[in-house]
Amino acid sequence: MQIPFFKRFALTPAERRRELLGFLFISPWLIGFLLWTIYPLASSLYYSFTRYDLIREPIFIGFRNFQEIFREEEFRKVMYNTLYYVGIGSPLYVATSFLLANLLNTKIVGRSVFRAIFFFPSIVPMVVIAMVWSFLLNVQYGAINGTLQAMGLPVIRFLSDPALAKPTLIMINVWGAGSMLVIFLAALQDVPRELYEAAIVDGAALWHRFWYITIPLCTPVILYNLVMSLIWGFQDVSLPLLLTGGGPNKATQFYALFLYRNAFQFLRMGKAAALAWILFVIIVTFTLLLFKSTGRWVYYHGGDNK
Amino acid sequence: MATRTMNKATPLVVTYTPRKKKRTLVEILLDVLKYTILIVLSISYLLPFYWMFTSALKNDSQIYTIPPVWIPNPAMWENFWNAWTTYNFNLYLFNTVFKYALPVAIGTVVSSSIVAYGFGRLRWKSREFLFAICLSTMMVPFQVTMVPLFIIFKKMGWINTFLPLVVPAFFGNPFNIFLLRQFFRSIPEDLLDAARIDGANELGVLFRVVLPLSKPVLTVVALFAVMGAWNDFLGPLIYLNNSKNYTLAIGIESLRRTISSVGSVALAYPYLMAVSTIVTIPIILLFFFAQRTFIEGITLTGMKG
Repeated sequence: MQIPFFKRFALTPAERRRELLGFLFISPWLIGFLLWTIYPLASSLYYSFTRYDLIREPIFIGFRNFQEIFREEEFRKVMYNTLYYVGIGSPLYVATSFLLANLLNTKIVGRSVFRAIFFFPSIVPMVVIAMVWSFLLNVQYGAINGTLQAMGLPVIRFLSDPALAKPTLIMINVWGAGSMLVIFLAALQDVPRELYEAAIVDGAALWHRFWYITIPLCTPVILYNLVMSLIWGFQDVSLPLLLTGGGPNKATQFYALFLYRNAFQFLRMGKAAALAWILFVIIVTFTLLLFKSTGRWVYYHGGDNK
Repeated sequence: MATRTMNKATPLVVTYTPRKKKRTLVEILLDVLKYTILIVLSISYLLPFYWMFTSALKNDSQIYTIPPVWIPNPAMWENFWNAWTTYNFNLYLFNTVFKYALPVAIGTVVSSSIVAYGFGRLRWKSREFLFAICLSTMMVPFQVTMVPLFIIFKKMGWINTFLPLVVPAFFGNPFNIFLLRQFFRSIPEDLLDAARIDGANELGVLFRVVLPLSKPVLTVVALFAVMGAWNDFLGPLIYLNNSKNYTLAIGIESLRRTISSVGSVALAYPYLMAVSTIVTIPIILLFFFAQRTFIEGITLTGMKG
């Protein structure tokens, strides 16, 4: 027999009170969610189909923002820059921090000191990092070029040569990827040591233990870090804005910087909203990939932390 | 975090000695290689900070010297004081701490705790569904809501105030809600029931039983909020453009712009580096303090789990 539709949702008075209490407790988030997420999402979608400069009222122009973006020469350059930044950068950050974490996970005197040193740059304000590096890499009086000149070598235009600007930013990010190292180190601690003991009894060499035990057991975390850094790379504004301002010759004009410029420097709010929605699609794709493949990681790191 | 790693320090990959035996030559060589790599890397990680600090002590002629000066002589300690006071950094410090970091920390801790209690310790039907939505909002990139939020705050007349940066913190933050919920769930139900029998309502249970037991995780949440505000560059850049409202991060950037627009100002780089050094020092202190907090939080959850 079928229960009438409305009765399936009927609650007893006690249940209704519990629902009300629950809603009361989460109401800060719920109101914030409607105000700072749902409404902006909806209006951002609307703005993406308009031309809007903050002064005149938005004018509906259909898909023209998207058409303009995909036809534009500069957008292609921006996509190339971003894919370079993310495609070369992210695997490099993951690989270097993973190797370093493995090195720190061996029998080492002063491990926590080394870890603190490698971790530290990642919590220093981005502005400070940008100031220090732009000074260090300065062509005329930076420490690096000063040393090169003193040795009679030619100077390197780290940030003003279009071919070098992107690799330079990537290297600074490698230096600042300490939080990834800490995550890897925690994951390596969770690899059961019996596995290594068994492997040693079986005569497995160091390289084989790394390749057949460490890497397979860490793949969920490797993937997690990889996806997180991909997402981060697409959203990074501060470092290129502070160090190169998108130059030289737009070589470091990355996606999020391009978006920021369109919104707050050229006041093209409609186009910026369209760019943001394209970014959203890219990021959701990466995130779904993450959720699909890291069930295991979520299992043993969430919750009770062992 | 640190003790956990140290206690379980196991020789996993490079050196493994099942029984006490004499170390072979290969093992010794591997150790030498290992420490060489670590020490060289450590120096290169710290060198930029050393350069920042020593450059702050230089006078102009030492800045433009080739090869670079690594130990400034004479050391101009007065640069720190002069840079900080000449460019109004006391005001920026006040703004950062009292108008941004503290309100955000308080707002986040209070609102996220209440929401986390609703999601973690109350039993009601729509809970799981709404919690899933809450978590999924973490996926929405900041850029998507950035444009409409700016428009909303502009219409409300909030540009050039700290309200756009502070008010949203009072509505809970999904990541912190998740973190607190996990912790609240580890507290035994008996403790909560005891308080309920004594006549406490759910808000009383939260504030008198759950929150006092959750100090470690609350500290972590508050610390992250304070550090986020201290380090934030983009938020203040978008919403604050009057120098009376600058935060430290924006203050440093504007100092650089002042210097580069006027051209070669005397002591430009030493001042910039002096201010950067001062802004980094609290992070160093917080870092050591936070490390202990993390350990406490993790060991506590570990004991209960």
